[in-house]
Amino acid sequence: MADILVVAELTAEGKVRKTTHSAITMAKLAQPALGGSFSILVLGPSAKAAAAELTGFGAAKVLACEDQSLANYVAEHYAPTVAAVGKAFGLVVACASSFGKDLMPRVAAKLDAAYAGDCSGVSVNGTKVVFKRPMFAGNAFGHVELGTAIQVATARQSEFEPAAPSGGSSPIEAVAKVAPGAAASRVEFVSLEAVKSARPDLGEAGVVVAGGRALKEKFFDVLNPLADTLSAAIGASRAACDAGYAPGDLQVGQTGKIVAPGLYFAIGISGAIQHIAGMKGSKTIVAINKDAEAPIFQLSDYGLVADLFQAVPALVEDLKKHKAQKG
Amino acid sequence: MKILVALKRVADPANHNKVKIPATGEKIDTAGLEWQINPFDLYALETALRLTEDGKAPKTRLGEVVAVTLGPAETETNLRSALATGADRAIRVDTTDDALDGRLVAAALQKLVEEEKPDLVLMGKQVVDGENNYVGQALAELLDWPMATFAATIKEEAGGLLVGREVDGGVCTLRVKFPAVVTVDLRIVSPDSVRSSKTAEGFKYPYEEVRFAPLPAIMQAKKKPLAVKKLADLVGGATLSSKYVKFEAPPARKAGVKVKDVAELVQKLATEAKAI
Ligand SMILES: Cc1cc2nc3c(=O)[nH]c(=O)nc-3n(C[C@H](O)[C@H](O)[C@H](O)COP(=O)(O)OP(=O)(O)OC[C@H]3O[C@@H](n4cnc5c(N)ncnc54)[C@H](O)[C@@H]3O)c2cc1C
Ligand SMILES: Nc1ncnc2c1ncn2[C@@H]1O[C@H](COP(=O)(O)O)[C@@H](O)[C@H]1O
Repeated sequence: MADILVVAELTAEGKVRKTTHSAITMAKLAQPALGGSFSILVLGPSAKAAAAELTGFGAAKVLACEDQSLANYVAEHYAPTVAAVGKAFGLVVACASSFGKDLMPRVAAKLDAAYAGDCSGVSVNGTKVVFKRPMFAGNAFGHVELGTAIQVATARQSEFEPAAPSGGSSPIEAVAKVAPGAAASRVEFVSLEAVKSARPDLGEAGVVVAGGRALKEKFFDVLNPLADTLSAAIGASRAACDAGYAPGDLQVGQTGKIVAPGLYFAIGISGAIQHIAGMKGSKTIVAINKDAEAPIFQLSDYGLVADLFQAVPALVEDLKKHKAQKG
Repeated sequence: MKILVALKRVADPANHNKVKIPATGEKIDTAGLEWQINPFDLYALETALRLTEDGKAPKTRLGEVVAVTLGPAETETNLRSALATGADRAIRVDTTDDALDGRLVAAALQKLVEEEKPDLVLMGKQVVDGENNYVGQALAELLDWPMATFAATIKEEAGGLLVGREVDGGVCTLRVKFPAVVTVDLRIVSPDSVRSSKTAEGFKYPYEEVRFAPLPAIMQAKKKPLAVKKLADLVGGATLSSKYVKFEAPPARKAGVKVKDVAELVQKLATEAKAI
């Protein structure tokens, strides 16, 4: 029997990020194989307050490592504590956000644990956890079992329903920060330039409006009204980000954000495999492209062959009318 | 500055439609796929070259770039092309993809780094076939070195680097002191993403992505040193700890309909998809 540790992720303001709830779901799915309980570890300068947000999810314990030196996330400061706590567990999980992707391989190496990153599913084979991983730009899934005493994995947020509170009240326990190794003395946090946006998080939005290279400098001029009308998050193709039309953290794709909203608009996006790998889990896909042969039409539910500079403003008008009628 | 660059060969992403999974699902069939260096690793190599040259024409190389791969004999083609674009030496660790997992790659690289003692290890943030996004971070931990993952910009400073990392919601800047591990993201190859102390202020590369090797360099690369090592000499009897029990193809997504105009789109989204 072995227990599972969920590493929580906090926002810069010290609140629990929703990514944490997807990691909790992964832990719950893996539980039947290992037979034990799960606990949650929260690290940060206000970890205790954040831990209080996590007592209602059925964890055996919520462990809080509160320390001012954890104010700005740096893997070299976090990994030693996560590994020291993780030693007592059979599986350590987090969300495959940029936080989890940066931190968890380091934790795995410290624990001499095998690692399954960015998993899209978890199943149980007797006492074995089987991790399902997207590979080859979404063209294959691999099912992998890990053979080390401790295992480490991360969950692709779009594939794990966020866990909902199940009641109860897990006890909060304080844990001390473990002194970091030599690596930490050679790395310094300089700044975090957050892209300020009133829009929903790309990973959590119900509707995503994504634009490609075709939008040029008009990227936000064209997409903002549409995103406003639909309360949508804005995404972009690599080409749009590389050209500087959109910031890099909006990139959707194999190597950017993976999204699976209810409704996805691909506007002036050709549909390269790397882009598709990041959005093909969306429920309904709409493509607007002036090239009728664009590959994006091979997977869109609704395709409109049109010049986006005319179609998008017209769409905004029609959506407004539709909304007004619906009341 | 001495830089070690880790390169892996992968199936050309443009070939992905040809990725075949036999009905038994025990293995991905790579027959007929074209191989190339993982794009992120090509970017790491380009970054290493930019950090070790003065950018003048003709440029002077200042430093040493060692290209390393773990793979079968055919991967020497990939190492030769790395040498042709400017790397000084290459090392191949003889093995096959089937005999590797992330833990073994990181352990082998750790030993090579301890032998070579570079100031910096540059690698891709992930391979585009296995998509693990693991080896760089694990290597940094094994070495107890600082790391900066997902690098989109690098500025050389005295004794280290200032690295702009693409993270959820923005850009995180870290300062790392040598020796360190840096994994690179797509935008590291923009014309002015890498600022070496040897290039003039405001210097920009005149191309996007990566340089091509001129023909004479391809000929010269044949004479550059390429050492071959055995995996077992680096990792002893260590064995695989990740076992892929099955592969499967993702469910196919069918093309839907083309709508004639915006009005029909809104109507279908409302009544058929019930998405608005
Ligand atoms: C290692 C690697 C990783 C990558 N990762 C990603 C990733 O994560 N995400 C990603 O998106 N890409 C990624 N790419 C890049 C990918 O291969 C494509 O190059 C990219 O997605 C293309 O972006 P695009 O569709 O905006 O541009 P293009 O391919 O140039 O397409 C522009 C489209 O706009 C249409 N168009 C032009 N004008 C108009 C108009 N007026 N009205 C309507 N339509 C118009 C054109 O018909 C065309 O289809 C990656 C590439 C590599 C090598
Ligand atoms: N077989 C290999 N040989 C050399 N370098 C590798 C190998 N596998 C992975 N790497 C390096 O590790 C990085 C991350 O790979 P991964 O963690 O497998 O996604 C790659 O971009 C390479 O730089």
